[in-house]
Amino acid sequence: MQLDDLYRRVIMDHYKNPRNRGKFEDGAVTVDLNNPTCGDKISLQLKVEDGIVKDCKYTGDGCSISMSSASMMTEAVKGKTVEEAQDLALRFSSLMQGEDVQFDDYEDIEALSGVNKFPARIKCATLAWNALRKGINEEEIH
Amino acid sequence: MVYLDSAATSQKPRVVIEALQHYYEFDNANVHRGVHTLGSRATDAYEGAREKVAKFIHAKSTKEIIFTRGTTTALNMVAASYARSVCKEGDEIVLTPMEHHSNLIPWQQVAKATGATLKYVTLQPDGTVTLPEVEKVVNSNTKVVSMAYVSNVMGVVNPVKEIAAIAHRHGAVMVVDGAQSTPHMKVDVQDLDCDFYAFSGHKMCGPTGIGVLYGKKALLESMEPVEFGGEMIDEVGLYDSNWKELPWKFEGGTPIIAGAVGLGAAIDFLEEIGMNQIEEHESKLAMYAMDRLSEISGLKLYGPRDRKVGLVTFNLGEVHPHDVATVLDASGIAIRAGHHCCQPLMRWLEASSTARASFYLYNTEQDVDRLISALIQTKEYFGDAT
Repeated sequence: MQLDDLYRRVIMDHYKNPRNRGKFEDGAVTVDLNNPTCGDKISLQLKVEDGIVKDCKYTGDGCSISMSSASMMTEAVKGKTVEEAQDLALRFSSLMQGEDVQFDDYEDIEALSGVNKFPARIKCATLAWNALRKGINEEEIH
Repeated sequence: MVYLDSAATSQKPRVVIEALQHYYEFDNANVHRGVHTLGSRATDAYEGAREKVAKFIHAKSTKEIIFTRGTTTALNMVAASYARSVCKEGDEIVLTPMEHHSNLIPWQQVAKATGATLKYVTLQPDGTVTLPEVEKVVNSNTKVVSMAYVSNVMGVVNPVKEIAAIAHRHGAVMVVDGAQSTPHMKVDVQDLDCDFYAFSGHKMCGPTGIGVLYGKKALLESMEPVEFGGEMIDEVGLYDSNWKELPWKFEGGTPIIAGAVGLGAAIDFLEEIGMNQIEEHESKLAMYAMDRLSEISGLKLYGPRDRKVGLVTFNLGEVHPHDVATVLDASGIAIRAGHHCCQPLMRWLEASSTARASFYLYNTEQDVDRLISALIQTKEYFGDAT
């Protein structure tokens, strides 16, 4: 078990320099999710127009894994269609199960592949992605 | 490895594991029903454990010792049986913001069901409870005061004996959550004069799945059982039934026989060492840890400086406690990170989560030293995040 498998430079970069952190004034779907076992929190906002994720932002409080994963996720889904975003979420969940998945569209995400060797931390990495899935579902219902 | 998470659950000594194995190999049968020899042996083992518990916490009688699944079940029993029948609209239940969720949510549910109101004792800036603050919230409307003897986050020891006296002066009952005190110090329920006292076996070298509710006999006699079924009845008709005497009326179904036997063995183990010795050892260790931790710049310690009980809670600068725990784990050191089932207290501490190292009789100063050097490494690893 190598710590550096978990804390790669890319992850620490997203943790210390988060992308898309913030809040929209209006016009966005908001999803609030907690990780009740550890207290991590995320509030994800999505602006979806014509089936495309035009923009997204998040605020939250959590460890380096959960917050860097949120930063990467928001970078990756911006400009994607809802279907592409769902596909990303699916691929991310495969990555967490230890499968060899490519993220040619946003390679930073592959830095999180080491998380699957730390079972206790998988739920940290998936928090933002669960919020994404929930947000897309809500968007589809409306 | 270095195990510093005994406040979550303790490790189990060999004598406890052997007692469980011996019970299953040689004495296993159901209790209180068979006429056969094995049934008597199982009953003797189970009731023998009850006697050990009664003696251990200095209860007047074994009738006052009810075996439960753990502290949570015990506190829920008091809430569901006693408080729900006694509380009505306008009544008050007094708690502190430091309570574990298990000594908080059952009372929220009682309040919702009965119209009673929850009142909170204001904590001092260092996290301690003082008697004048208790006096401010306890009054003639108070029906229940419930409080941890020892906080699972800050390690503070609350003056529950004095608080019980305040509660009694106003006609309220005193419930003590003993989950974090019973494993670490000598407990005398008669001296505390509390009405109910709950604790778990697994935090005191015993198996998981066994705990105890102590209650004063007169109160327990006045209460209705929470679970109904076999074992707890006296006579059953088609439309009505009545209950066995104490303590069995609260132990419906096949009880946690092996768990009780294991708890009995844990009590023997702890008493052979001596609860006073354990307390002294832990308090020394906690003070040593507090001293060493305060040497690390940027490390924030929670709770008062003086420690009697072996646990310390902290945050390492801006490094998230999860990350601290993961890096420590890579060096073979197990600590807890999170909200410790105390979300309201986390808000009071203005921390979303914290890291906690907790000690028990098997920990040493070398364990603390390893914790300190691993924390220094963690700080270096995360660089400017601290």
